[in-house]
Amino acid sequence: MRDWIPLALIPAVALLALPLVPSTPTWVTLTIAGLAMGMMIFIMASGLTLVFGLMDVMNFAHGAFISVGAYAGASVLLAMKAPMQSQSLVDNLGAIIPGVLAAMALAAALGWFFERVVVRPVYGDHLKQILVTMGGLIVCEQLIHVVWGPDLIALPRPATLTGSILLGDAAIERYRMLAVVVGLAVFFAMWLVLNRTRIGLLIRAGVENTEMVESLGYRVRRLFVGVFVAGSALAGLGGIMWAMYQESLTAGMGMQVLVVIFIVIIIGGLGSVGGCFVGALLVGLIANYIGYVAPKLALGSNILLMVLILLWRPRGLYPVGK
Amino acid sequence: MPDLLQLSGVSTHIGQYHILHGVDFSVAPNSLTMLLGRNGAGKTTSLRTIMGLWRASAGSVRFDQQDITRTPTPELARRGIAYVPENMGIFAGLTVRENMVLAAREGEPDEKRLEWIFALFPAMKKFWHGLAGNLSGGQKQMLAISRAIVEPRKLLLVDEPTKGLAPAIIQAMIEAFRELKRETTLLVVEQNFHFARSLGDAVAVMDSGRIVHRGRMAELAGDEALQQRLLGLSLDTHQ
Repeated sequence: MRDWIPLALIPAVALLALPLVPSTPTWVTLTIAGLAMGMMIFIMASGLTLVFGLMDVMNFAHGAFISVGAYAGASVLLAMKAPMQSQSLVDNLGAIIPGVLAAMALAAALGWFFERVVVRPVYGDHLKQILVTMGGLIVCEQLIHVVWGPDLIALPRPATLTGSILLGDAAIERYRMLAVVVGLAVFFAMWLVLNRTRIGLLIRAGVENTEMVESLGYRVRRLFVGVFVAGSALAGLGGIMWAMYQESLTAGMGMQVLVVIFIVIIIGGLGSVGGCFVGALLVGLIANYIGYVAPKLALGSNILLMVLILLWRPRGLYPVGK
Repeated sequence: MPDLLQLSGVSTHIGQYHILHGVDFSVAPNSLTMLLGRNGAGKTTSLRTIMGLWRASAGSVRFDQQDITRTPTPELARRGIAYVPENMGIFAGLTVRENMVLAAREGEPDEKRLEWIFALFPAMKKFWHGLAGNLSGGQKQMLAISRAIVEPRKLLLVDEPTKGLAPAIIQAMIEAFRELKRETTLLVVEQNFHFARSLGDAVAVMDSGRIVHRGRMAELAGDEALQQRLLGLSLDTHQ
């Protein structure tokens, strides 16, 4: 991300919103909420943008990985009532860590299965990819109904992550602060892998020109399977975090959030992790500011943001040279 | 000595289009073979078929005494074939160093080898930590070739190395290819006849997906009527 202008949009949007919000504490609360939402969207979207960048695969089934991850994680969390309700952070973590690992593991396994069975036969054909991955998403939703039932499941947050802390007069939800920290950790971990390892170098090169990477002697297909599975695991992580954020989960949650995820990866530039990060934060911030200032415009704010950014940079904030 | 590369009756289809119609030619070891022809003759398709990027629908490709017609592209690269495509295929978002590191499959590029490459293309040393996307057209071509030779290769396939380059850069390319000829075998697709004549040992000329002439480059360079017939050009206009 050597181009700093898109990155500067994040503080610019935040500062522009300052005079529109009646008080500074409210602005701080909305900003943290927007950043937290953006981080969770980034976690869910980052894998999908790499999958598209590497192999031109339009994977609508990504929504299924989010839902299945959320349900797997929630199953563990709901089964561990005592540590979840304990006032000790250590006890809470004793439930959260297995829950998150379950979410990531099941989503990764589902991703591996999808790549082998659903996606592999339709490489290079976008129309078929949309049809079969959308079909896969619907099948997964129905399977969730079969296994976990069709009703909304309430998911209380762990005791130490409920409530807010006060920063001056601004109330900041603890869970949102955690989401920001986890999102930043995932971003920096991805940044390190992509920029400091040979695998990362291969992924970055593969996103630009798959054919040339193969011509240099590397099997991109193997790399792609790894990225697909890792992206699915991140979708699972994002899914359980989103479920705890909403304090509930439904089979359709993946499909609902998928629209925002596609907006984010288009805004960021297809295949760009940095663009995905900036795009997710912009979407999160604007959704929160507009939701507060002009709730009736909230639904269209993401679309408007996408239109404005594509008018400015038609290939997204950080276009990847394909 | 047996030929390093041999194409026998190679046909290639791209979608519904039949591009190569039984292409036959070979490349002798330690030589530079020029593949010439008008636009759309099938030169690029031939290189891509050899490299496994498009599959031959009939015929066979043999490299180093082995049939490679169905061998996947990464395996061909590991067997010692390097490919420089027409669009150069550099990774614009990576630095020059990263482009080179990626091509050195066993780790960091060998220091001595790098010094040799820097002597051929000094711009690579100058812009070592710069983004490849910021290089000029000529420098990008130098990077594409440097990347292909960062490790010793048995065969170098180069598609139009002088395309869009200024005459001064083309002269530098000629010098660099003279040096490359000393250590490896090359198959070069080219439109610039001056470049081809300066470097080629052997030549194959294509037209409409077929080989229409094979022979020594010196013979073609010395026969203007043959050039006119095969390539539709007058030597005077391309010197």
